[in-house]
This record gives sequence, structure tokens and C-alpha cells, in this order.
Amino acid sequence: MQPVGPSDRDLVRAAKNGDLNAFEDLVKRHERRVYGLARRLTGSDLDAQDVTQQTFLSAIENLSGFREKAAFSTWLTAIAANAALKVLRKRRGLTVTSLDEAIEPDGDGQIPHPEYIADWRETPDLLAQRAETHQLLDVAIAELSPIHRAVFLLRDVEDLSVRETAKALGIGEGNVKVRLLRARLQLRERLTRVFGDGERRYKPDDHAHDPTPESDLQENAHG
Amino acid sequence: MAKKSSHTHTLGGKHGANCGELLALLNEYVDGKADPAVCKELEGHLAKCNPCRVVVDNVRKTITLYRDNEPCDLPEPFRKRLHACLREHWKKPGN
Repeated sequence: MQPVGPSDRDLVRAAKNGDLNAFEDLVKRHERRVYGLARRLTGSDLDAQDVTQQTFLSAIENLSGFREKAAFSTWLTAIAANAALKVLRKRRGLTVTSLDEAIEPDGDGQIPHPEYIADWRETPDLLAQRAETHQLLDVAIAELSPIHRAVFLLRDVEDLSVRETAKALGIGEGNVKVRLLRARLQLRERLTRVFGDGERRYKPDDHAHDPTPESDLQENAHG
Repeated sequence: MAKKSSHTHTLGGKHGANCGELLALLNEYVDGKADPAVCKELEGHLAKCNPCRVVVDNVRKTITLYRDNEPCDLPEPFRKRLHACLREHWKKPGN
């Protein structure tokens, strides 16, 4: 579907020239996305409200310095992600892994190999129509560490590039790639345990023609 | 301790890619960023390895579900407060 009305770029230009209505249109256009991202990152409705407000306040304050090299949505997403991570840092002590610790590269360098492998019983389209799916998605993503959550949401949901994600989160591109792989695999594992068809389940070493022993899989997973 | 396997495949070898290599290159493959030659090798592996094929399919579906999940509406009282607060902030000198 084509966006109706002026482009973000037009609205940004108008807002930069002092047009409050243009800025409010930008807010209306992006508030649900920002709130949804903040909710998933913080796992809390109240924190998400706080982050959403901080994001748009910060956008007002920094709009004149926004050089429009990236899309407005990308710029806003980076602000929101940082505001959310700030909230999570404040909560340090309440969570098992502190965010700053989690920003360091993974210690063991191992890729967790898939354990529960099964075809899903339903297509994502059908699953998305079920109310319980939303909750399951929230629960699964809440189990990731904050930085894994942030990388997954920025890359796979908000569609930022590896470089944009790295820049937004202040980590290296290599770090983004490793985090993304771990996040995708962990979410896959969680969701497949719920959505997978037990009758169409495969053992990790159940190869049709070319069996690879599990020891091989673990060795190669380091690469 | 697991016995070290005597047969290891290397990407580009006559056996094609193996499960570990597929896992290591999963991001690039799923994102369509893998080098075409590597991609061909991975597809050769997927053609004969059901678990890996299902893992790739699961990962794609996982991403699709999160991506297509409808963003949630802002609670209306908050939405009103937000817009009022932003209008107020907009008028402040320096903004």
C-alpha cells in the first residue's frame, strides 16, 4: 500500500521550519511503531510509555541537527532503542545480566545448535490471527538478553541494516551479526517448541543421505 | 567426550556444505546475502538434509511472525498526554 499524503521527508522539512502540525503528523505516523518497539524492548507498558515520550521529546530537541542521511523512521528507531536501553540500564541489579556486560562479545563464541526441529503446524498468517500468538511472541522475546532483543528488533522487525543497527546500538557490525544469529536461533527454538508439529519432528542428526555426527556439528558451529 | 569425527567437509569440497557450515552462514543465507557459490553449496546441503531445511524454514517463519505482528495501539489516555506534552515542549524556547 502506498503511503497517503506527504512523505516523511516533506513533513520533516516542514517541521524543521517550525510547522507543529507537520511534526504531529510524523508522531501520529510513527507512534505505534515506536511504542511497540519500546514495549518489546522493555517488556513493560509503563516503561514503553516513558520511552515513547522520551523519544519524541528528543526528536523535537534534535530535529534541527537531523541531517536526513538516513530515513526519519531509522533515525527515530535509533533514538527509541537508546532510550529503551537507558531504561533497562537503570534497572540494572534487577536483572540477571547487566546490559553493559551483555554488550561484550559472547564469551564462548559458540552458536547454540538447534535442538527442537519440527515443521510448524500452521502458517505464520494463520498463527498471527490468534490472540495467544501475540502473547507467545512477547514471552519468547522477553527471554532474550536486552542487547539480543534490540539487535533482533532493529534488524528483523524495523528493517535497519547491519551498519545502521551497529551505529544505533553503539556496537560493532561483527557483534550485530553474532547477536542476530543467536537471537534468531533462540527465538526459533522457543517458537518451534510451541508451534511445531510433534509428528513432523526431526532429530538434529536425522540426515537423509549424509549423516553428520553431532560432534561434527558442534565443532563446526564455532566457525 | 565426543569422539572426533574422521570426516569433515569443507565448503567447496566434493561433499558440499555441512550442518555446522549452514548454521554459521544462516544469517547470510536467510538474508539473501550469501555469495552465489556458497549459496549453491548450502542449497545442495539443504536438498539432502531435512533438519537443516526445516531450521531455515522455521527461522524465516519466526522473522515473518515478528515482522508482521501488528504494532499495538497506545492506550488512549497516554496518547492524549503524549501529544499535549509534545505540543508544550515544541513551544519552549530553543526547540
